[in-house]
Amino acid sequence: MAGEVPSLAESKLTALVVDDNLVNQSMHHKLLDRLGIKNDVVCNGQEAVDVHCSGRNYDLILMDMDMPVMNGIQATKKLREMGIESKIAGVTTRSKEEEKKEFMEAGLNDFQEKPLTISKLVSILHNLDFYVQT
Amino acid sequence: MDTLVAQLQRQFRDYTISLSPGFFGFLDDQFTELKKLQDECSPDFVAEVVSLFFEDCEKLIGNMARALDQTGNVDFSLVGSSVHQLKGSSSSVGAKRVKGLCVTFKECCDSQNFEGCVRCLQQVDIEYKSLKAKLQDLFNLEQQIVQAGGRIPQVDI
Repeated sequence: MAGEVPSLAESKLTALVVDDNLVNQSMHHKLLDRLGIKNDVVCNGQEAVDVHCSGRNYDLILMDMDMPVMNGIQATKKLREMGIESKIAGVTTRSKEEEKKEFMEAGLNDFQEKPLTISKLVSILHNLDFYVQT
Repeated sequence: MDTLVAQLQRQFRDYTISLSPGFFGFLDDQFTELKKLQDECSPDFVAEVVSLFFEDCEKLIGNMARALDQTGNVDFSLVGSSVHQLKGSSSSVGAKRVKGLCVTFKECCDSQNFEGCVRCLQQVDIEYKSLKAKLQDLFNLEQQIVQAGGRIPQVDI
């Protein structure tokens, strides 16, 4: 099983997990770790904005949609207004087309339905040109 | 004659399969995805995440119960928001039956069906506690296999 999972440790990618749910935070943090991607975790959109205001930057942001204080749509819009050009992948259990559209239009580069798996994360990385499957 | 390890391994396989969608349907293939993330660096990852999930269940069910207790003044959107959260975390760990109940529960919230919500709440409470007991049995079997000097078989759900 370990042989099937690509390692992106050499690429020194960094990521930010934005999710209010502890189970999802744990899963997404570990998924990224498994692929060799160093990552931080914050609990809502406001914290994601604050961490960028403090000068941190990430190659990839995994953004949940439904969060207290500031949700994923608001946070994505705000980050783009701030000039943050990181790739942002929306991850949510919401499946209605109009909800996905609204999230994409906020400034996402990609979208995946939860629950995330190794192969869904690899797909995000591939779609965002971080990883080329050989 | 089977060794103790072989007997325990068979019990473990059978028990895991009994939880799968083809049998009692407690878990779905997302549980296998969760197991894939467990490694030497985090040998207790599954148990830790599952424990977080059950804490989440307790907290969210408490929130829902309090909201439904406001007789005549129930905030169904508040209940629905907790149900959405529970659906999310149950889906992440592969808790198939809990997730299924959340779908019905959300429909009751959306249609402001008080009796339906109360029924769903009771069912969700029973369901997560059943799953908790099942997974505890599974983890106990794993421990027994390791203590008997055996390897835990890989069983995909």
